[in-house]
Amino acid sequence: MKFGVVVFPGSNCDHDAFYAVTENLGLKAEFLWHDSESLSNCDAVIVPGGFSYGDYLRCGAIAKFSPVMRSIRRCASDGGIVLGVCNGFQILTEAGLLPGALIRNAGLKFICREVALRVETTDSPFTCAAKKGSILRFPIAHGEGCYTADARALDELEAEDRVVFRYVDNPNGSQRSIAGILSKGRNVIGLMPHPERACDPLMGSTDGLTVFRSLLESASRVLTPLADAHLTTV
Amino acid sequence: MTSLITDEVIAAHQLTPSEYVKIVELLGNREPTLTELGIFSVMWSEHCSYKSSRVHLRKLPTRSKLVLVGPGENAGIIDIGDNMAIAFKIESHNHPSFIEPFQGAATGVGGILRDIFTMGARPIAVMDAIRFGRLDDPETGARNRRILEGVVSGIAHYGNCFGVPTVGGECVFESGYDGNPLVNVFALGVFKHDEIFFGRATGIGNPVIYVGSKTGRDGIHGASMASAEFTEESKQKRPNVQVGDPFLEKLLLEACIEAMKTGAIVGIQDMGAAGLTCSTCEMGSRAGTGVEIDLMHVPQREPGMTPYEIMLSESQERMLLVAEKGREEEVFRVFRKWGLDAATIGVVTDDGLLRVKDHGKVVAEISNRALADEAPIYNRPYSKPLRTAPMDGPVFDRASTVQADLKKLLSSADLCSKRWIWQQYDYQVRTNTLAGPGSDAAIVRIKGTGTSIAMSLDGNGRYCYLDPREGTKLLVAECCRNLSVSGAQPVAATNNLNFGNPERPEIMAQLVESIEGLSEACIAFETPITGGNVSLYNETLGEGIFPTPVIGIVGLLKTAQPVPNTFSKAGEAIFLLGGFGEGDLTHFGGTQYAKQILDQLWGLPPKLDIDYEKRVQAAMREIANQGLASAAHDLSDGGLAVAVVEACFGGTGAKIEIESSERPEFLLFHEAPSRILVSTTHAAEIKKIAADFRVECPRIGATMKERVQIRNGAVNLVDVSIDDLREPWDTSLPRLLNPEAHA
Repeated sequence: MKFGVVVFPGSNCDHDAFYAVTENLGLKAEFLWHDSESLSNCDAVIVPGGFSYGDYLRCGAIAKFSPVMRSIRRCASDGGIVLGVCNGFQILTEAGLLPGALIRNAGLKFICREVALRVETTDSPFTCAAKKGSILRFPIAHGEGCYTADARALDELEAEDRVVFRYVDNPNGSQRSIAGILSKGRNVIGLMPHPERACDPLMGSTDGLTVFRSLLESASRVLTPLADAHLTTV
Repeated sequence: MTSLITDEVIAAHQLTPSEYVKIVELLGNREPTLTELGIFSVMWSEHCSYKSSRVHLRKLPTRSKLVLVGPGENAGIIDIGDNMAIAFKIESHNHPSFIEPFQGAATGVGGILRDIFTMGARPIAVMDAIRFGRLDDPETGARNRRILEGVVSGIAHYGNCFGVPTVGGECVFESGYDGNPLVNVFALGVFKHDEIFFGRATGIGNPVIYVGSKTGRDGIHGASMASAEFTEESKQKRPNVQVGDPFLEKLLLEACIEAMKTGAIVGIQDMGAAGLTCSTCEMGSRAGTGVEIDLMHVPQREPGMTPYEIMLSESQERMLLVAEKGREEEVFRVFRKWGLDAATIGVVTDDGLLRVKDHGKVVAEISNRALADEAPIYNRPYSKPLRTAPMDGPVFDRASTVQADLKKLLSSADLCSKRWIWQQYDYQVRTNTLAGPGSDAAIVRIKGTGTSIAMSLDGNGRYCYLDPREGTKLLVAECCRNLSVSGAQPVAATNNLNFGNPERPEIMAQLVESIEGLSEACIAFETPITGGNVSLYNETLGEGIFPTPVIGIVGLLKTAQPVPNTFSKAGEAIFLLGGFGEGDLTHFGGTQYAKQILDQLWGLPPKLDIDYEKRVQAAMREIANQGLASAAHDLSDGGLAVAVVEACFGGTGAKIEIESSERPEFLLFHEAPSRILVSTTHAAEIKKIAADFRVECPRIGATMKERVQIRNGAVNLVDVSIDDLREPWDTSLPRLLNPEAHA
């Protein structure tokens, strides 16, 4: 399985995602430059955290017009796997691949810390290896992570079982404590917490591996537990 | 034609009459143009020239086997093995942060990051030492809170967007910083040995290229502003503060590192203080060459800027580089890819002159060496360090209230949790942070090697006020101890010397004594100073700050996992490596107890025996490297009791049982150095190591569940649940910052 990691000029979690995929999971990954429409035949695309084009206007407001996003839109509508983390989630909502929007945290401050997430559905390629209702610990690091949508959209998300992760203790005022959601086709996920920062025992939590294991599992349709050898530590 | 350069103009440029005479001499007995006068004034400002401190800075040790590049470049460089190296430095942005806290602090981060990546290193960590006036002061508290909030969000804004983790630092409050906050930012980057670049304009005929942000009218005379005392008029200097753009800086970083890989760049320097002026003449001076530029090629933000303004602008996010002639296009291609302006603005010449033209007409022509190296050097007179504090301490007896006093200490602004601050910093980005904010030392791993970098910042204005020499030595000891606690070997240092007006002999004496103490300690701990920053004139309305040297020390950790600072399991033995130390009344006057509980300052800082301290630290590193410590925590501000409680905040408590004839206040709260708490299941091995290094190592208790108990003989001094202490410690800062909401 090969991952493409999008690089906007202001991406800064691109290397973290790349490292998690290649070193912590032992899989293949390639960087995808924002100015190109090529997705390099990747099996899954990660839109990483950071500040895409500075995001002074509104997070992701400019990124949605970039060439790479044109291909990602096509890829998503063809059922391709797209994982938007933090700024990536913001961009996917701006691009209309996911409903709602991310606005300033309720406390108006940037927050960096580990949070507990409840797995709300395992009916997704990103959580099929998890247990429903289980708690995963991922770090968050964002100033604009308050998930907002109108009541109808929220009801629809819940009715269609598209809320993937909910905060156990809502850190940013997100409506209905939503931390991550799925697209209608369930092949696109956006989440504010960082699974790629929770893939290495040295970093405190390895719960992020669950997301990647799920992707592998859904790709192969067979549960292949990761060998410990893949979990390199340094 | 009458002269434009009147006495008033000279004085307005903060040049003395004798400095002006020297300028005329250096120009071959010709009157400078206004542009030239402006150029001299910034290059010869205290900020750029170190004219008051240079004589004394020479006393600092700067070499060791590991030092690849010492002071004089944009940052010092240390060999860390595996063909890898680190570049690091600390720099102040005190004055701008007072005038405009958010942008002042943000551009402080931006400036030091450029110092690191201009050498070719990718920044992987930032720390900041910040100091403010008291948050609860009835008169100045509101302003101090506003400054703190602005500074913290400025640091967060810049670092988070740029993508560098802010991994540690310190935050201290003192009424002396009321009108003069201190914002010292440290940055560290990593690269391979063959990726090091220097700020040198070599190769006659090579093009001089400008990259990054366009030049505007912001920040003109920033360097001279930073070299003057504050007055009421200072607020009018707000336009002197620059505005930062971290996204642009991130582009600049990626573009510069990519451009360096083309092999077409021969020298590069950031435009920081004194902007285009400083970068051109320093690059020329270091290479012994001349630099000729024409300002019409400089990308400009607005029309009608004069040569004077262009040369003195401190617009942020700009770099100057010299490329190999004929290979300009390779460089331009990279900058175009990242969407950055790049323009050839001049050429390297063989005449050693900085020649500035404006549309072909020469507006300044000065020897690069005259600007960069021949600034006047002052051996300013110094007397005895200023101090008004008494030597004798007050009479007090609070033996019966030590538990309440401990709570009060833990909820004081200095000792309480700084989570409110560091939670605003992305301290994890790049997934290298093994120990982040709140740890004794921050630890950042270098991927692909078995090495991690440990780093710590420390300052203590009260100690240094009581005795600048001993106080500064204590800082070095404490910083090194923080590193040793994690198991890291301290290897090099950087310093940020924040002092008042050096023209006052009693202030100059503080500076001299502090530097000499720094030198002695850095020699002893084998941590050479590889660079740093001096910030003088930290005075507002004639009121100086405490002398506040801030020391940053970096170390190397060769084990994968640093020793944690908090207890993790009940039933383990607790040792006090280094012993109880001495704590008489005279040496108690600079402690946090004296400050927070007694509200007084007297006597002397704690006594330091450097040789003993080194043995304690060596023993600690041995314990860590053999994997014998479950947890270790350094004793510092607040002494034994505070250290024990801090080590319990992981959730595992401690039962401490001591037999001492010492007064409880001294026993619990004196701040003698050379002491480390260690919890372990390997008691015998630890005792043996302590004996080998000839240091005391009494067993003082054991870890237990949920409670903190400290008993001296039959007397219960402290007996309380961890949660009862954690609550005030953890919630204090938000409460202090928002008194109305909590009233």
